[in-house]
Amino acid sequence: MSIELKNVTKKFGEVNAVTGVSFSVPDGELMALLGPSGGGKTTVLRMIAGLEVPTEGDIFIRGRRVNDLSVQQRNIGFVFQNYALFKNMTVFKNIAFGLKIKKWKRAELHARIEELLKLFDLQGLEKRYPHQLSGGQRQRVAIARALAPQPNVLLLDEPFGAVDAKIRQELREWLVTLHHDLNVTTIFVTHDQEEAMEVADRIVIFSRGILEQLGTPREVYEQPANEFVARFIGVMNVLELEVRGGVGRVGELEFPAHGQSEGQKLRIGFRPYAVQISSDLTQHRYHAILRRTFFLGVMLRVELELPSGLVIRARMSKEDYAAQALEDAREVSFQIRQYRVLAREETALPPETELKYQPPPVYGEHI
Amino acid sequence: MPGTTRTNYRLVRRASQRGTEESPLIKWFLILLALMFCAVFLLLPLANVFAQALAKGWAYYLESLTNPDSVAAIKLTLWVSAISVPLNVLFGLAAAWSIAKFEFRGKSMLITLIDLPFSVSPVVAGLMYVVLFGLQGFFGRWLDAHEIKIIFAVPGIVLATVFITFPFVARELIPVMQATGSEQEQAALTLGASGWQTFWRVTLPSVKWGLIYGVILCNARAMGEFGAVSVVSGHITGQTDTMPLRVEKLYNEYDAAGAFAVASLLALLALLTLAIKTFLEWKQARDYDRAQAETGVLRLADDQS
Repeated sequence: MSIELKNVTKKFGEVNAVTGVSFSVPDGELMALLGPSGGGKTTVLRMIAGLEVPTEGDIFIRGRRVNDLSVQQRNIGFVFQNYALFKNMTVFKNIAFGLKIKKWKRAELHARIEELLKLFDLQGLEKRYPHQLSGGQRQRVAIARALAPQPNVLLLDEPFGAVDAKIRQELREWLVTLHHDLNVTTIFVTHDQEEAMEVADRIVIFSRGILEQLGTPREVYEQPANEFVARFIGVMNVLELEVRGGVGRVGELEFPAHGQSEGQKLRIGFRPYAVQISSDLTQHRYHAILRRTFFLGVMLRVELELPSGLVIRARMSKEDYAAQALEDAREVSFQIRQYRVLAREETALPPETELKYQPPPVYGEHI
Repeated sequence: MPGTTRTNYRLVRRASQRGTEESPLIKWFLILLALMFCAVFLLLPLANVFAQALAKGWAYYLESLTNPDSVAAIKLTLWVSAISVPLNVLFGLAAAWSIAKFEFRGKSMLITLIDLPFSVSPVVAGLMYVVLFGLQGFFGRWLDAHEIKIIFAVPGIVLATVFITFPFVARELIPVMQATGSEQEQAALTLGASGWQTFWRVTLPSVKWGLIYGVILCNARAMGEFGAVSVVSGHITGQTDTMPLRVEKLYNEYDAAGAFAVASLLALLALLTLAIKTFLEWKQARDYDRAQAETGVLRLADDQS
């Protein structure tokens, strides 16, 4: 194990920024710490680096307890959110900084920097100052600087936060390639679930200082541990049902009661892809107006408005949309293929429920 | 059509400018007034200093400056600033560092205290030291018993000068350090640098211009201070007279040309300070623009707090 946290808690005054977090990162893994602002993910990263001291718990790097080691002794590479390049130094001097501190010999130092400049596509920029670089170049310099002294782990705080959307996409792909080539254990912090899903081998999800779930992108998407994760990862329609007549209802929609008694509330959620839409009004049980279409690329997102005013987000392929000759303001029929009962946030979720049958209509089929 | 939009925007702006502008007559009148004011109250006296200094010719001018008492005053002034400026650099760095990088109780109190010398009359500042260290003062007897002379001696002049020039370096450094933040230092730490290495290689270079600016202002004031120094000095010719005190003494002895000769040196110092200050301000503004361009990207919400 490259990095291990055991029951780590951090308090800032009376406030618990991080509470009882434990996880481990195997050698060579690319891991994302994901969560909303204030979730405690940056604090965890800074504790691993030694920039913050945990109030309780232990941190291990390569089997060695590092709680009492200073930042300098931990041999980590840290990339700050705004890169924190030394603005009075050239690119070369920025990258050389860590090597000079560690008293590398001149020839070795030059060879190492040459290698990094090449690897990071920064050749010819050695003499530039940070203010003369583009956002993407600055980030590459920051990562090269952090990697120069050959650290045990690379820690990145919101590495794509400070660049615009197009470069961000390039940088994501570049980081994956870089990690693949160098195989350095890497942890990065992000608040963007899409970014975490795309880049990381595994994801740790935080909210309010608590570790909500740890898993591969697929695991956290398909088997969210609780409602928070279910809602945070991907898009989810969340409905609150009330059990009446043995059926969970909201607006026109009906679901099984899942053992809840009369009058009790029940929360369920389903992904947009679980909604099947047809222009044929007799095809599915429920009817709605296609309120709006968002063109996201190959997949489209549509908003369905039910007669009761309930709005449901669905997803469909461009081809399907075209084949059915759908357009905004059209009436469609739809069904929900699978959904999930959302328990309280702290408890584990039951597995997804498949709707294999059409529940018998209780009231008028037509609007 | 982006081109058209831009042109339209420019037209709109020009129109609005015209709308808020005063008539040319008023504009020129105001500029003339400001220039006249500067000429009468600033340039004329300054020119007069040099004119008076040279009123009795170059020979007399040089003689006034090389007179042993004047030389002693010049030397003392240089000594006083050579001691008080480094002291205030040390203090200024420490104060600015702690204010910019740490959170602690009484921080705003410290900021207020740093400004104290600006709000206290220099004469009062001088008197303060007389009350503390003078013969009738708080430590007076003890000092007298140990034959340590502070008031009416060089140490008193240094103390008064340090007090008066106290805010200059710190005041210049605090905003610069606050703007720089502590990320660069943290980056240095993660790269293995010790506290000292970080200070010398990262912190100091990044506040370089602010520091030099502070030193220049501090030095100008240290050399030019009259009020506080006058109270503690005792005006012993050839011993405790600094340049400003020497100017006053010569003037009171009806040696106007001599007084203005020494004054011309102080005026030259002022002009030099002004030139360096202007240069540094230009340089800082340029660095600031660059820094702005560098961090012009959106800073996304940080989840630390």
